[in-house]
Amino acid sequence: MTLDKAIAVLFLLIALIYGYASFTYHLLPFERNMSFLPNTFPKALSVLAIILSLIIIVTPKPAGDSDEPGDMDIKKLGRYNIMQASGMIIAMVLYALLLRPIGFIPATIGFLVGTGWILGERKLHYMIAIAAIGTVSIWYLVQETLGIYLKPLPWFM
Amino acid sequence: MLDGVLLGLSTALSMQNIILVIAGCLIGTLIGMLPGLGPMSIIAIMIPIAIKIGDPSSALILLAGVYYGAIFGGSTSSILINAPGVAGTVATSFDGYPMARKGEAGKALTIAAIASFSGGTVGAVLLMGFAPALSSVALLFHSAEYFALMVVGLSAIAAFAGTGRVVKAMMMTVIGLIMATVGESALFNAPRFTMGLQDLQSGLNFITIAMALFALPEALFLVLNPKRGKIEGTSGKIDNLRISRKEARQIAPVIARQSIQGFLIGVMPGAGATIASFLGYAVERNIAKGEDQDEFGKGSVKGLAAPETANNAACTGSFVPLLTLGIPGSGTTAILLGALIALNIDPGPRLMIDHPDTFWSVIISMYFGNVILLMLNLPMIPYIAKLLTIPRNYLIPFILFFTMIGSYIGQNNATELLILAGLGVFATILRFADYPLPPLLIGFILGGMLEDNFARAINLTDGASFMYERPMTLGLLIIGVGLIALPAYRRRRARALAKGVAPGD
Repeated sequence: MTLDKAIAVLFLLIALIYGYASFTYHLLPFERNMSFLPNTFPKALSVLAIILSLIIIVTPKPAGDSDEPGDMDIKKLGRYNIMQASGMIIAMVLYALLLRPIGFIPATIGFLVGTGWILGERKLHYMIAIAAIGTVSIWYLVQETLGIYLKPLPWFM
Repeated sequence: MLDGVLLGLSTALSMQNIILVIAGCLIGTLIGMLPGLGPMSIIAIMIPIAIKIGDPSSALILLAGVYYGAIFGGSTSSILINAPGVAGTVATSFDGYPMARKGEAGKALTIAAIASFSGGTVGAVLLMGFAPALSSVALLFHSAEYFALMVVGLSAIAAFAGTGRVVKAMMMTVIGLIMATVGESALFNAPRFTMGLQDLQSGLNFITIAMALFALPEALFLVLNPKRGKIEGTSGKIDNLRISRKEARQIAPVIARQSIQGFLIGVMPGAGATIASFLGYAVERNIAKGEDQDEFGKGSVKGLAAPETANNAACTGSFVPLLTLGIPGSGTTAILLGALIALNIDPGPRLMIDHPDTFWSVIISMYFGNVILLMLNLPMIPYIAKLLTIPRNYLIPFILFFTMIGSYIGQNNATELLILAGLGVFATILRFADYPLPPLLIGFILGGMLEDNFARAINLTDGASFMYERPMTLGLLIIGVGLIALPAYRRRRARALAKGVAPGD
């Protein structure tokens, strides 16, 4: 099965779960007499989504399907840096989890240096200096100019 | 209309707004040049700043400046290093890069700048005529027509997705609409489909979704494929920016034609700067004769002027449906629409009446924006181009960081970042599987409005009879269905032809 069909199967599953949730939606007592219900539109959407995902699953892929110029190609997946990309994602998740506890400035410097390291940067003194300058200036801009509070330091400081 | 123009002039000419146009164009040019950051990502990052400004006119002026600045920046990297930062400028590299290799980089940049300027300016003039006219028609619309109009918009976006992708584009639109039903809606005030999660009660955040769909996959592609956006032999110095009189005479008719064609393509929902630039290039190549035609692809001035004019005119054109109907025609205008809603402005035909200052000042500021691109950015290009030499080990971490901070500071909620990472990975897989992503975002942004108008129409007529009782609604819905059916029919016929079946059956 090609990737786009597999995704269509996933969409079909989502549509079925969503459809189940909208058809068994618990209406509040006053809502029952309205002509348009909170689940009217979702019901229609789930039916539409089921039909569309089935169409994608059954129709054959057209021959000579050309991709957009410069777009990515699944056939070349083996040649791509999958490990580096996964490292980026893991770094993002860690950043999301650590941002509140250890504060904006340490978390961001850590993220920038860490991802730089994953990408192959070994001149750490440069990277740390650039990351520190970038982080502090962005923190200052967001906090002082935009007035959005970002907790800068870890919980114990 | 003259009142409006004067009002727009007085708003657009305030010191703050002039500074914002300049800032927007500069930021757009700088970031648009970098590989991996298109106009959508830049605008999404700028939204918290725009919201902080508070005044909708100024915010929209800034964001519009960023938009055409980014397209201009994208052309620069297309010409200099054959690495378009923006899809709308891919066609620019066909002739721009060969010119740069011949040592005519300066001339190519000048032609690109003049073509962009003319396209943008003619677009702005046409916008001034089109928008109020369309607005006054749209004022007759009722919620039933609005519902139908959004259906037309969504089906047009699916129809323009390209052969073999129409069903996929529709699927993405429906997924976007489904995502829009999560959370509390204005009509019902009770949480729906939140799976009991408090974080989902106010719905998904559109900035997070925009970042996850566009900025993150691009950044991940840069990581996956180091060749992407890499400098393939620079063309040396940018010195002589002058063009000769003969060349000016050559490109003048091209610019005139493409300004209008590009604008009209931009007005259609779903067909934005990218389609306009490719079509503009193709049309000009077919019109050109003899030697001129052979020159295309080898550094023709006409081949450079055509896509550059068309993409800027189309950018301006895409503001017509946004400002008059409140329906975005492209991913970028969808993000602008989200920003307007966040600023408490209801885009649509009432915009011209309720907020004439916003409506007109945005249009007027487009003239200034284009002048700034020509006067300010062109002479600075040799210096700005130094940005292209930033090593990717430094660039990519910062791109990822900006993506995250953009979605974090809007909500100050770390859960957003987890949603961003998850959706971003999913969006990357979708790009690999050739699913178009803009329809998802447009569906998501229009979902709430679509449902509200549908509900209002049903409540008013006590049933779905409005769909065939109101002629305008019926007409629009038929157009919507036709837009979807036509590409499917043509594809089937093409397949039949390929099998040897005679046409006409």
